[in-house]
Amino acid sequence: MTAQTQNALLAVRDLRTHFHTFAGTVKAVNGVSFEIGTGEIMGLVGESGGGKSVVGFSILGLIDSPGKIEGGQILLDGEDLVTAGEPRLRQIRGRDISMVFQDPMTSLNPLHTVGQQMDEVLRLHTDLDAAARREACVAMLESVGISRAADRLGAYPHQFSGGMRQRVVIAIALLAQPRLIIADEPTTALDVTIQSQILKLMRQQIAARGASMILITHDLAVVSEMADHITVLYCGKVVERGPTRALIAAPAHPYTRGLIDSIPDPSNRHPRLRQIPGMVPDIRNLPPGCAFRARCPRAQALCAVEEPPLRALNAARSAACHYPLQPGEPA
Amino acid sequence: MSSFVQSEFFHNYTRSTSAILGSALMVGFVLAVTAGPFLVSQNPYDIAGLNLMDSYKPPFWMDGGDARFLLGTDGQGRDVWASILYGARISLFIGLVAMVASCVIGTFLGLVAGFYGGIIDSVIMRIADIQLSFPSILIALFLMSAVGTGVDKVLIALTAVGWVVYARTVRGTTLSEIKKEYVQAAKVAGLPNAKIIRKHVLPNVMTPLIVIATIQVGTFVLIEASLSFLGVGVPITQPSLGLLIKNGFDVLFSGLWWTSVFPGLAIMALVFGINLFGDFLRDELNPRLK
Repeated sequence: MTAQTQNALLAVRDLRTHFHTFAGTVKAVNGVSFEIGTGEIMGLVGESGGGKSVVGFSILGLIDSPGKIEGGQILLDGEDLVTAGEPRLRQIRGRDISMVFQDPMTSLNPLHTVGQQMDEVLRLHTDLDAAARREACVAMLESVGISRAADRLGAYPHQFSGGMRQRVVIAIALLAQPRLIIADEPTTALDVTIQSQILKLMRQQIAARGASMILITHDLAVVSEMADHITVLYCGKVVERGPTRALIAAPAHPYTRGLIDSIPDPSNRHPRLRQIPGMVPDIRNLPPGCAFRARCPRAQALCAVEEPPLRALNAARSAACHYPLQPGEPA
Repeated sequence: MSSFVQSEFFHNYTRSTSAILGSALMVGFVLAVTAGPFLVSQNPYDIAGLNLMDSYKPPFWMDGGDARFLLGTDGQGRDVWASILYGARISLFIGLVAMVASCVIGTFLGLVAGFYGGIIDSVIMRIADIQLSFPSILIALFLMSAVGTGVDKVLIALTAVGWVVYARTVRGTTLSEIKKEYVQAAKVAGLPNAKIIRKHVLPNVMTPLIVIATIQVGTFVLIEASLSFLGVGVPITQPSLGLLIKNGFDVLFSGLWWTSVFPGLAIMALVFGINLFGDFLRDELNPRLK
C-alpha cells in the first residue's frame, strides 16, 4: 500500500461528490481519500449504492447535474483534476485515464464497426496516420486475445459474444496507453467461466504496460484475486483499507467481515447463505453516529453518538470503527 | 445489394400486399410527376396552348367527351389529367421539401434538448407543447395570413408545424441512448460533445424517424391541399392538387364534377399509398411490434 504521497500516480483527498435532488442532498461520496501507486491495482469495494461508481466518474470529471464535486482534490501526478477544467479533462480522458464498463452489450455503439470505434480513440489522442492507426488496432486486438484481428476490425459489435466484446472494450481502453484504468464492475455481466479469463487478461495487460487500475466491484472474490490493496466504501465513506491479503484474512471492520462472510463457501456449508442483515440506510438523511450501526453485530452505545473516524490500525491498515475486530476474533 | 435481397426486411416486403401496393402507388406518382409532362400533349399553364372552345368537356367516355382529354377539361379548356400531373408535382414537391426541412430542424432540436437537458430542454419542449395544443392547420393558417401566400410560404408554415413530432421523438430516444454505456464510453474517451451527438447518438435515434418522415409526407400533402382549398396556399399560377379541387368545387354542383373529383382521387391515392407503405415500415422498424 502506498501511504507515501510522493510516488502516488493518483491521490484522491477528501473527495465529496453530492447530488442535489428535490428529496434532499445525496452525499454519494462524502470525504473519500485513497492513493494508487504506479503499477498498482486497487480494489474499490462496497454494496450497490455505496458510491463506488460515483468515485470513478468523479475522477474523470463526468458527474452530470444534479451531481457536483463539492470538495476535495483528485491529484493525477500532482495535477488537480477537480480544478483542471473541461478542455484539459477531455485531453486526459482516454489518454491518461480510461474506463472499462460493466455491460459489454451496451458499451459499444451497435452501429459502428469495432475498427471505427477503436480508430476514433487513436485519432483523438495520437498523431498516427491511418495505416499506423490500423496497425495499432490490429496489434491491440491480438494482444487481448482476438484471433484474425485484421478481419475482425470490420465486424460489428453484435457479431461478437459477450466475452469477446469485453475484450474489445478492454482493447479500446488500453489503446492510447493510459496510465490509469478505471474498471467499473468489468466482469459482472459476464459468464462465470469468462470472468476469470477476462480478469487474467486485464491483470496481465496492466502489468505489461506498467499502468495502474481501480477495480470497482461488489465482488470480494474478484478483488482478492486481482488487487494489491483494497478500499471498502460504505455510504460514501471509506470504512476500511489495507493490503488485499491481510484485509481478506482478517477484516477489521464488521462491514468488511460481513461482505467476506457473504461469499458462499462450498467447503463450509451453512443451511442458509449468510448475509448482512438490514439494508443500506437512506443516504439522504443518515442517522448520527456510525452509518453501519443498525446492521452491525458489535454496535454499542458509543456507535450511535459518535461517528468513528478512519484510524490507522498499523502501518498499512486502517478502519473506521470504534470496536474493530482483532485478528482471529470471531464476528 | 444481395444482402438487402436476402434481408428479413425484403423478405417481409415481398409478402406484404399492402406494402407492395403502397410502394407501387408511391413509385407510380413519382414517375408520373417526373415523366408526366412529357406524356401529355398540353401544358395546362401555357395559356397560348389553351382553347376556350374546349372548356368543360366531360371525360372521354361520356357524351360530348373528347379523346384528347381523357378526364375532361376545366373552365379554361385545360386538360384535367394534365393538370393533375402538374399539380401532383407541386403537391409532392411541397410534401417532400417540408418533410426534409422539418426532419432536419426537429432532429437537431430534439438532439440538443435530449443531450444537454436543463433549461435548453425545457425551452424547446415547452414551445413544442404549446404548438401541439393547437391543430396544425390552424397554426399554418395563422402563419400564412401573417407572411402571405406562395409555395415558399407554404413550406415555411408546414415546417413550423412539422418539426415538433421529430423533436419529441428524437428527444425521447436520445434520453434513453445517452444512458447507454457506449455514450459514456465516448465521453470517457475524451470525445467532444458535438462529435458524440453526431457520430454516436444521431445514428441510433434515426430509425423511428424513417416511419414518421414517410407518413408525414402524406400529412403535408393533405395540409397543403386544405390550405390551398381555403385559398391561402399556393398561387393560382402553380396549382397543387388542393387548388385544383377548389377550382372545380365552384362548379361541382352544376354537374361538372370531373374537375374536382379526379384531383381529389389523386390526392387520396397518393396519401393512401404513402400511409400503406408507412404502416409497413412501422411494423418492420419498431422493435416493440416484432
